[in-house]
Amino acid sequence: MSIMVKVEEKLYQNRYIVDESRPHIQIRNADVCKSCDSQACTVCCPAACYSRNETGGVTLVTDGCLECGTCRVVCQDKGNIAWDYPRGGYGISYKFG
Amino acid sequence: MVEKFDAIVIGAGPSGNAATYTLAKQGLKVLQLERGEYPGAKNVQGGIMYSHELEKIIPDFRDDCPTERHIIEQRVWLLGDDSYVGTNYRSEGFNTDAPNRYTIIRANIDKWWAERIRKVGGLQICETTVTELIRDASGRVTGVRTDREGGEIHADVVIMADGVNALLAKRAGMQAEAAPENVALAVKEILFIDPELIQQRFGIKEEEGVVIEIMGKVTKGMVGTAFLYTNKESLTIGIGCLISDFKTGSCPPYRMLEDLKNHPVIKPLIEGAEMKEYAAHMIPEGGYKAVPQLYGDGWMVVGDAAHFNNAAHREGSNLAMASGRMAAETVIGLHQAGRPYSAANLAAYKKKLDDSFIMKDLKKYRELPGIMHGNKQFFGAYPDEITAAAHNWFTVDSVDKKSKEKEIMKSFIKRRSVMGLVGDAIKLVRAVR
Repeated sequence: MSIMVKVEEKLYQNRYIVDESRPHIQIRNADVCKSCDSQACTVCCPAACYSRNETGGVTLVTDGCLECGTCRVVCQDKGNIAWDYPRGGYGISYKFG
Repeated sequence: MVEKFDAIVIGAGPSGNAATYTLAKQGLKVLQLERGEYPGAKNVQGGIMYSHELEKIIPDFRDDCPTERHIIEQRVWLLGDDSYVGTNYRSEGFNTDAPNRYTIIRANIDKWWAERIRKVGGLQICETTVTELIRDASGRVTGVRTDREGGEIHADVVIMADGVNALLAKRAGMQAEAAPENVALAVKEILFIDPELIQQRFGIKEEEGVVIEIMGKVTKGMVGTAFLYTNKESLTIGIGCLISDFKTGSCPPYRMLEDLKNHPVIKPLIEGAEMKEYAAHMIPEGGYKAVPQLYGDGWMVVGDAAHFNNAAHREGSNLAMASGRMAAETVIGLHQAGRPYSAANLAAYKKKLDDSFIMKDLKKYRELPGIMHGNKQFFGAYPDEITAAAHNWFTVDSVDKKSKEKEIMKSFIKRRSVMGLVGDAIKLVRAVR
């Protein structure tokens, strides 16, 4: 049994301090994603920041990022994710953790 | 004039807090840097806190530490599709003046630590991301660079307590990126609910808590576990699997969590609760063989950043606090003796770890991660077979018991073969001996 779930509804409960137009994670080369068979980031990211786009590549929106690091670990063979922490004070701010 | 500290601690989690507190209490000039908006803002824990290691550092922690419930009952459940087989251990003996295990809400604990650190003279600065280590020509670490303006800060020794991502050590070439089979990704939610309902549903009084550790069908054959913990006015529910399994699977973590919440034996326990936060965090699961270099000229690494986590026993924060304390005690010893923080001298930290439960336990279970990773039947076939066997055994249907036993054995053999069963038993023993 797998039921439909909107991760956006989960993320909506979280507190974020968004660093406008300064994403802390970036895809280095869009072509590498297009030729990636698994695009595992689109499955593994717990905040669904990665999605397959109409050109067959991957679109990254970091606003809901939980800063776990999973994408960097799954993409380490290709090394196509430039992963950094947000600037101090920005990003996810857990109320409970 | 450039300000210089005796020690810089990077990160305000259990290991960094333990290190900072221990150093400050001994009068060392220590700076703790945290990238979150406030202490705890970036931290995620299940969370169960074990008191023994905390007590060593702050003996009177119970006076004001905002714990949730002390645990009087431990359940371990193996989930089938609509069932569970389980064991419970409950004891009035856990209702003592000095309980050993508490459920916690992590952000509350980290704020409490911050206050305690301030009281002993430690300086904690938040909203500051350390971007890299500063090293001199010989490679010795002499400080850190931060993302603040003019953000270079110098110290005689730097303790990296920056968590499972350990970006600083990786950037400095001190450790490699974690292999996907050596880290798990866990997701969890906190669900607020009337405490009376918690007490009714779990059969406990105020202050008493129950924890349920879960394996089985909910991880969809992946190597992983789930949990449900009782806090004062909330429940924490979560699930985690190896990233190597998420990577080759097709189920996103949040869907796995949702399926867990809707499992027929879980749903009645959380019914009517209101979700207030969704969190995700990586957990170091590689064990002994995945522990990186732990010290060098002018630096040490502690806690999750050092891969200190005992997956078999679900212990992490106690290893973190203990390693933070040991790193701090190493610094204090050298400071008092007036000796430099060279790699040769900081080797004393590794010696402390080796002599402690940290490395002894990790070593005991050194084969476990590899065996679990390579033998998915422990997470798929066995939960299936065991719950089916229980269902068969407890259904009274005029089939004689000998025939029932045969049916159950046949089902196990069909699934794993006789040699497979024997092999699995040997593997399990090897994994935990």
